[in-house]
Amino acid sequence: MAEPKKLTPPFTDADIEGLKAGDLVLITGVLYTARDTAHKRMMATLAEGGELPFDVAGQAIYYVGPTPPMPGEVIGSAGPTTSSRMDAFTPQLLDLGLKATIGKGLRCEEVLESMQKNKAVYLAAVGGAAALIKKTIKKAEVIAYEDLGPEAIRRLEVEDFPAIVVNDCMGGDLFKSGVEKYRKD
Amino acid sequence: MRQVSSKLISAKVKDLCLKAATDLGPDIQYALKEALKKEESPLGRDILTQIITNFEIADKEKKPMCQDTGLAVFFVELGREVELDGLLDEAIDEGVRQGYEEGFLRKSLCDPFSRKNTGDNTPSVIHTTIVEGKSIKISMAPKGGGSENMSALKMLKPSDGLEGIKKFVIETIKTGGGNPCPPIIVGVGIGGNFEKSAILAKKALMRELGHNNPDPVLAALEGDLAISVNNLGIGPMGFGGVTTALGVHVEAAPCHIASLPVSVNIQCHAARHKEITI
Repeated sequence: MAEPKKLTPPFTDADIEGLKAGDLVLITGVLYTARDTAHKRMMATLAEGGELPFDVAGQAIYYVGPTPPMPGEVIGSAGPTTSSRMDAFTPQLLDLGLKATIGKGLRCEEVLESMQKNKAVYLAAVGGAAALIKKTIKKAEVIAYEDLGPEAIRRLEVEDFPAIVVNDCMGGDLFKSGVEKYRKD
Repeated sequence: MRQVSSKLISAKVKDLCLKAATDLGPDIQYALKEALKKEESPLGRDILTQIITNFEIADKEKKPMCQDTGLAVFFVELGREVELDGLLDEAIDEGVRQGYEEGFLRKSLCDPFSRKNTGDNTPSVIHTTIVEGKSIKISMAPKGGGSENMSALKMLKPSDGLEGIKKFVIETIKTGGGNPCPPIIVGVGIGGNFEKSAILAKKALMRELGHNNPDPVLAALEGDLAISVNNLGIGPMGFGGVTTALGVHVEAAPCHIASLPVSVNIQCHAARHKEITI
């Protein structure tokens, strides 16, 4: 395996153009968390002309609903959730400048097209590797929708958070190319 | 009659919840390590290594291996000579409440419309059978939402037969792709009726990996399906590879002459289940 690429948000177009489907990356810096209900609320806010809890331009959203932190810890186990549940909301956020989403599983065609149009990437973390990923999260702070508990929006500070480029901004798709290689008819 | 207190049941259920979240069974650990030896994709091996490291950390540090600590599913075999001092379901839910709170486990249940969290990970889903004897066997599986969402049920026509069953199972897994966190375990329930097939599929997932159904016909079907599933090439997390399923378990029951119900229940690699006999 090739050495992972080191990345730090916020991302520029050039950062995104340098990523190809299949690349391993290690992210250090800030990630924002949001999942189902948080996305729904953000969309409602935008529809009413309001401001989002954080400026998405250049940033990365990690789809995660962590377990509660044990005493003395910043966060509980924190692996990725299924990204397709956020598909309905993602193109609008990409139009606002969001550069990366991190989750697991497939994205729909509209999201893939929007990523190419907006120069953005979709990354995967290893689903279920929640105790391992937790170790890369150094700080966590709820910045919005505290009432949602695990679904609240958090600002994470991570060090060497491991991820894999699934969909790059040129249309590269690791799901398609990877499965093609190992499928036996 | 043997008297058993609700408090005892709650305490045992609490322990099951705590252990299941952090401690992956030896059968799954073994299957994942074997898969690592056989996986042809370098990225697939990297992912399997992360998965193995993860369950080792979870066990050593007593941390939940996955943030989705699941909806608590129970299969209970209640001896008919047992007398409880309260309701079984209430005692189990009390154990879940305590376990999820004390273990810092994620409460993942909500109202289906308002999506408001129920706050204590109850109510559980409990399947109880009355059996001979004086003991209570409780099997607990915290079931994650990601793999549950990729599960499916279909009422086939009897004329669809074995080929129709295989086709439906393979299509279901193909559609799920990387979503249910492969390598997966596949539970297939055939026959019964609409709900019975789903319960059979769930029950199939409680079986220890590496053990085929004792019925030779079903064992052969398990073998065929495992080959077909792994030939899909989905691989670890869906990025391609030869390890898509660690096992396929089939359970069957007689069904109506007009029907052929088939349920496919998918389980992620964090296949947590624990049991205890009181």
